[in-house]
Amino acid sequence: MTYTVRKFDAVVVGAGGAGLRAALQLSESGLKTAVLTKVFPTRSHTVAAQGGVAASLGNSEEDNWHWHMYDTVKGSDWLGDQDAIEFMCRQANQAVVELEHYGMPFDRVDNGKIYQRPFGGHMSNFGEKPVRRSCAAADRTGHAMLHALYQRNVKVNTQFFVEWQALDLIRDADGEVLGVVAMDMETSEVVAFHAKATIFATGGAGRVYYSSTNAFINTGDGLGMAARAGIPLEDMEFWQFHPTGVAGAGVLITEGVRGEGGILRNADGERFMERYAPNAKDLASRDVVSRSMLTEINEGRGAGPYKDYVYLDLTHLDPQVILKRLPSIHEIGIQFAGVDCLKEYIPVVPTCHYQMGGIPTNRFGQVVVTKGDDLSSPVPGFYAAGECACASVHGANRLGTNSLLDLLVFGKSSGEAAVASIRENVKAHKPLPVDAIEKSLARLDRLNTQKDGSNVHETRVLMQRTMQKHAGVFRFSQLLKEGVDKILEVAQAVARTEIQDKSKVFNTARIEALELDNLIEVAKATMISAEARKESRGAHVRDDAHDTPETPDGRDDKNWLKHTLWHRDGNRLDYKPVQMKPLSVATIDLKKRTY
Amino acid sequence: MTTPLAMRTFHFKIYRYDPDKDAKPYMQDISVVCDPMDKKLLDAMVKLKAKDDSLSFRRSCREGVCGSDAMNINGKNGLACLTDLAAFPEGKPIVLRPLPGLPVVRDLIVDMTQFFKQYLSIKPYLVNDDNLPERERLQSPEDREELNGLYECIMCACCTTACPSFWWNPDKFVGPAGLLAAYRFIADTRDQATNERLDNLEDPYRLFRCHTIMNCVDVCPKGLNPTKAIGKIKEMLVQRAV
Repeated sequence: MTYTVRKFDAVVVGAGGAGLRAALQLSESGLKTAVLTKVFPTRSHTVAAQGGVAASLGNSEEDNWHWHMYDTVKGSDWLGDQDAIEFMCRQANQAVVELEHYGMPFDRVDNGKIYQRPFGGHMSNFGEKPVRRSCAAADRTGHAMLHALYQRNVKVNTQFFVEWQALDLIRDADGEVLGVVAMDMETSEVVAFHAKATIFATGGAGRVYYSSTNAFINTGDGLGMAARAGIPLEDMEFWQFHPTGVAGAGVLITEGVRGEGGILRNADGERFMERYAPNAKDLASRDVVSRSMLTEINEGRGAGPYKDYVYLDLTHLDPQVILKRLPSIHEIGIQFAGVDCLKEYIPVVPTCHYQMGGIPTNRFGQVVVTKGDDLSSPVPGFYAAGECACASVHGANRLGTNSLLDLLVFGKSSGEAAVASIRENVKAHKPLPVDAIEKSLARLDRLNTQKDGSNVHETRVLMQRTMQKHAGVFRFSQLLKEGVDKILEVAQAVARTEIQDKSKVFNTARIEALELDNLIEVAKATMISAEARKESRGAHVRDDAHDTPETPDGRDDKNWLKHTLWHRDGNRLDYKPVQMKPLSVATIDLKKRTY
Repeated sequence: MTTPLAMRTFHFKIYRYDPDKDAKPYMQDISVVCDPMDKKLLDAMVKLKAKDDSLSFRRSCREGVCGSDAMNINGKNGLACLTDLAAFPEGKPIVLRPLPGLPVVRDLIVDMTQFFKQYLSIKPYLVNDDNLPERERLQSPEDREELNGLYECIMCACCTTACPSFWWNPDKFVGPAGLLAAYRFIADTRDQATNERLDNLEDPYRLFRCHTIMNCVDVCPKGLNPTKAIGKIKEMLVQRAV
């Protein structure tokens, strides 16, 4: 059949922080670039980031990238690749300064430099004491950043395709990526975007869990597309549960609250983090704090009528500091918890927040797969950056403020790598395979004609509840095993979803069904990878991994210091080693992780 | 022991129009049972959509920062995710319509082209031609504070589509959101294009169609004050003239 093909040098999918940063690189280099996004760029989920972006600017006290690197490796529980981590931490200052130059309204300290606050897991002098490393615009850093990046793209005339849903990756018989198939949501027209470079910046899939800080749009579209095109997904068992989601609502309360001096208390009013992390206390790494909170709740010291949350206490802070540095938190407390945090505690619970795993890439944002003996062979034409990618800088647990840094650094490096590749290779576009859009059309056709199928909403909720119960903060061998069977069952239901709305005009029922196709790939990858990893590391903690001298806190470096790769085809798993060798400094050696 | 949850049924009248099948728009009567976990209008709407998947609206962050779910709620523009269900009076249906003054694409989804066109017309980016320092430019905390109340705009369009001046002249009047953005750059000590920005607005329509009706201030879900920003721009134009 005939269909519209639009040709570009490069196509970026997603217009959050990573996509916009990559697009700047491409647009400024004069290449013909399309940015596809399912929401208007400033509605992307980067907008919801609150507390800051990490960079060792040292504006308020001594700091350097090597300390930042150490903290990131330790935070990752040594699963992060040390070459990529060194690269990210060394690029951080420039990445943040660039944003300031673009006009981002950072808060300032008295000497006019960017304001920095302490954040969980960020320490000075290789783990000694908390350091001010998080560069912030009040508690609206993501909003200020996303708008500044969008505005800069306006300045350089980036071409946006707003409210276009990407459907599938176009990959030819040689394995090269030649663009994406996408649908104009307003008209349902399906178009092939033919490009020499395709950059995925599609964000995370936090909506795979029932209780999530994430936006509705965080449905792992890039991961689903990559998986369907035969690209494995890396380290998908590692999900960050943010310690402070508003109990019930799930809305995020930034770690910056604790950076400004807020503390967690149990029902007895005790500052319990002193027992779990005597040094860093409330500013320990997120996985550690979330587990401590749930231990308090599980042991009966939770607050509220059902004893199922703990308190975040800011009442001892100067109200002026709260209103100046944490104004949105004050609003969120009132809006979503019904409390005035100047006077009352905020009820909080660990809530799914961030996906450490994703599409495997190197530090240039090139998507890499195993090819013969090469465990990291770039897929020609394919790049990924931000939460959808796994570089891997976060390993088994991400530090707060490193996500905004990740999307800046790898958004830029993927853009640079794409520009270089397009410039090196000036020949015409490689022809599209004859069946370029067939798979997408078949999926749409199946959805339009499904009879007696499963309900999208109910199936999604079933998936989310299964994930929540079987692959949560604490993981149990038996629950994981059952979880695999249950998720595979849900996947059968997803394969036969039915929608009532068949309209061609802005059909959000169809979009939600297509998003569920992507979410279920993430759910399968997570459950199967988690069931298989028989150790505790970072955010993945299971009941049958015991604390022994050889396996401190259940971490088994002898057998499990390796990245998981889940393949959609046959739900096959394989593994690749962690890159322990940094670029210029000595390896940060394995040790027991304490805060 | 859990206590039984208080359920409440909410009745809605919702503007529906699908150009693919409807000859003209109509108001749909539909209701949904909510539990105490459903705090916001958006929670109820998600339940409504589970009942009738053809009900179309935009939404994303559900916490008032992305600006997707602006709509006209009982006659007043607002965000569904920040509107408390408990505040709706019993016995009266909740009336939902698309934002006024913009073409309807479908149901509660409006075509925002004209809104963004006006935003883009004010050159919404920092202009500074100095050589860039290696580090950040310095800005005093006091100068930075001038941006408070300006940079937080989420571009939901509640204000602009509540403004009669925009209804009459959407192609000529920048509207409150665009003017707030213009002043955000004028007020930034790092920006060097103040004169060009003022030139761009010195026009009987672009700026001066604001008649301080203040609907914008009344509806802004972020508590911003576009009228005040517009006043400051007008003041600067007067100062510049003398």
